[in-house]
Amino acid sequence: MPQITYREALNQALAEEMERDETVFLMGEEVAEYDGAYKVSKGLLERFGSDRVVDSPISELGFAGLGVGAAMTGLRPVIEFMTFNFSILALDQVINSAAKLHYMSAGQFSVPMVFRGPTGAALQLSAQHSQACETWYVHSPGIKLVTPGTPADAKGLLKAAIRDDDPVAVMEGELLYNVKGEVPDPEEGDFIIPLGVADVKREGDHVSIITHGKMVHVALQAAGQLAKEGVDAEVVDLRSLRPLDVEAILRSVHKTNRAVYLEEGWPYVGIGAQIVALIQEEAFDYLDAPVLRVTQADIPMPYAKNLEKLAKPDAKRVVAACKRVLYQD
Amino acid sequence: MPREEMEVAPPLEYLSILDEEGDLDQELEPDLDEEELVQMYRTMLRARRFDKLLLEWQRGGRIGTFAPVSGQEASQIGAMSAARDEDWFVPSFREIAAFLWRGGDPVDMTLYNAGWNEGVAIPEDARDFPISIPVASQLPLATGLAYAIRLRGEDDVAMTFFGDGATSEGDFHEALNFAGTFQLPVVFVCQNNQWAISVPRERQTASETLAQKGLAYGIPGIQVDGNDILAVRVAADEAVKRARAGDGPTLVECVTYRLKVHTTADDPSRYRDEEEVERWKERDPIPRFRRYLEKKGILDEGEADEMTDSVEEELGGVWEEAEERIETLGGPDVMFQHVYADLPPHLERQRKWFGTDEEENDNG
Ligand SMILES: Cc1ncc(C[n+]2csc(CCOP(=O)(O)OP(=O)(O)O)c2C)c(N)n1
Ligand SMILES: [Mg+2]
Repeated sequence: MPQITYREALNQALAEEMERDETVFLMGEEVAEYDGAYKVSKGLLERFGSDRVVDSPISELGFAGLGVGAAMTGLRPVIEFMTFNFSILALDQVINSAAKLHYMSAGQFSVPMVFRGPTGAALQLSAQHSQACETWYVHSPGIKLVTPGTPADAKGLLKAAIRDDDPVAVMEGELLYNVKGEVPDPEEGDFIIPLGVADVKREGDHVSIITHGKMVHVALQAAGQLAKEGVDAEVVDLRSLRPLDVEAILRSVHKTNRAVYLEEGWPYVGIGAQIVALIQEEAFDYLDAPVLRVTQADIPMPYAKNLEKLAKPDAKRVVAACKRVLYQD
Repeated sequence: MPREEMEVAPPLEYLSILDEEGDLDQELEPDLDEEELVQMYRTMLRARRFDKLLLEWQRGGRIGTFAPVSGQEASQIGAMSAARDEDWFVPSFREIAAFLWRGGDPVDMTLYNAGWNEGVAIPEDARDFPISIPVASQLPLATGLAYAIRLRGEDDVAMTFFGDGATSEGDFHEALNFAGTFQLPVVFVCQNNQWAISVPRERQTASETLAQKGLAYGIPGIQVDGNDILAVRVAADEAVKRARAGDGPTLVECVTYRLKVHTTADDPSRYRDEEEVERWKERDPIPRFRRYLEKKGILDEGEADEMTDSVEEELGGVWEEAEERIETLGGPDVMFQHVYADLPPHLERQRKWFGTDEEENDNG
């Protein structure tokens, strides 16, 4: 299988879907002339023209709402946020329009659109530009959310998101765009990953590290370190936070009887809180230890390099949490 | 049943006083104190020089990304110098020159850009706001400040800075609407530097000027040559005076140019040609003002050169000083401060945990 970057995988997904379906268009800040702030839309302007690859004024609320309106007529807009951090000011259109109008029209209107862009921290982008935004989106019924951690997942999930009839947020990672991985050759047919299907990124029997998004790589790193100490960790990548693959979570917990949730965002009402609630409701009798969470410190992201590093979750803390649930510390 | 033209708004003015040669329209020339003129010039030099140093430090990996100010010194200093110390300064993220005019310490800014939150601590008595990253988010804050000023019965003014791109955000429109409706003492300084990253001014809005956007909100607008510090100053003086007198806000559009990168993560050669940059270099606000000062006999050539040297010397020591300060900082404790007014128990617990783990966590 060819090795391509996460960025190229997203680009392939966009190009293939725009080629296949002319109702798909891409709008956002800097997406056309500049190829996107992270170069995800490279070459798309030349290929599909300025009606379908559109540079917008700096108006997140405006173009999010424009996307909803266009989607309600049956188009399939892909709205790029330079980062989901700046989508916070567009949340009215995401939560009150995109996520509600199918319901509020008793099914008469669908909102088949995608919101995409990076979520979370990169390096020294400071408090207002370093937030993991998953909870804000996933909290509301009516919208779906996927968080690809690898190039293959990025391609397969973005394609599925574009074809989905509900609004789907695709949260990428700034630090993932250069990551390489195997992605099936486009010649071999459409590569789609259905929404709502988790993926076991590493099999193991002793403890489940459940995670999503770019933290998959931190989880794998931690699992590697644990392996050296004789601990066999399983890494479950949820990939989709709504719909959630409940079965995959329970399967892993039934096997290992111990779990740690790892996420980039804050602990308070984070994704981990939801997963822990689910596990204790559905698999209480299987547990040999409380389920722990590894998250960002409960503070706005510091700007200083050393403090940022400290505030973010890392493999060392994951290892420590795993040892705790194994009663090895 | 008539169908006729309505006179809904005052016509818009364009103001330029000093041309590229340093020649001026004497009728429009403001009556400014010589000492202040020299101070304005020196601050422009400091801003330009500091910008250069920051860029070097960023390229050398010493500081994080930042937004250079070069080219916009006249817009910022011309406007800011119209305010007094008790007035409020509400920046976006590119106001290095206005920051220096306010008496901001380049060592603090260096510390901040090097990633130390301590550098952003604003002196107790300074009425300066921190920078804001979400475009236009500072504008409603300035309106709120102005509201508070009025409520307290004070006669101070809030002056806020933003770019051409910011005029596309709802925050801009809502802030102007409030300021107009309540007739609040705000001066909105739009630095139309022609570009919002790669998006040119024409693709940001179909309106011919940005200044006219004020008119829809019942706010007087004026467009000025933003590279002519005298014109900016005159427009800002009028705006500040209006605000202070209780006659409401003004929108000042400074037509200027960003001579360097958008931020250090940007490569402008991808979207604008060198010719355009060269054309704007000819309209550089600094040599223009220098020629004016020389023609007026306020500075002679020797004094002007000396000033350039002394600015270089002054800023030459900033990095070392910042490093010395950094030595005294550090420790992860600081990151738990200022989340809330008082440290809540759960953060106290986290703080302790991080504190004891300090060594192990490779704090360097
Ligand atoms: C709400 C929001 N959207 C997008 C961005 C990314 N961004 C940072 S600066 C910028 C362009 C701003 O242009 P302008 O207002 O003209 O100011 P300039 O940078 O030219 O000084 C953009 C899009 C942001 N910081 N905040
Ligand atoms: Mg601009």
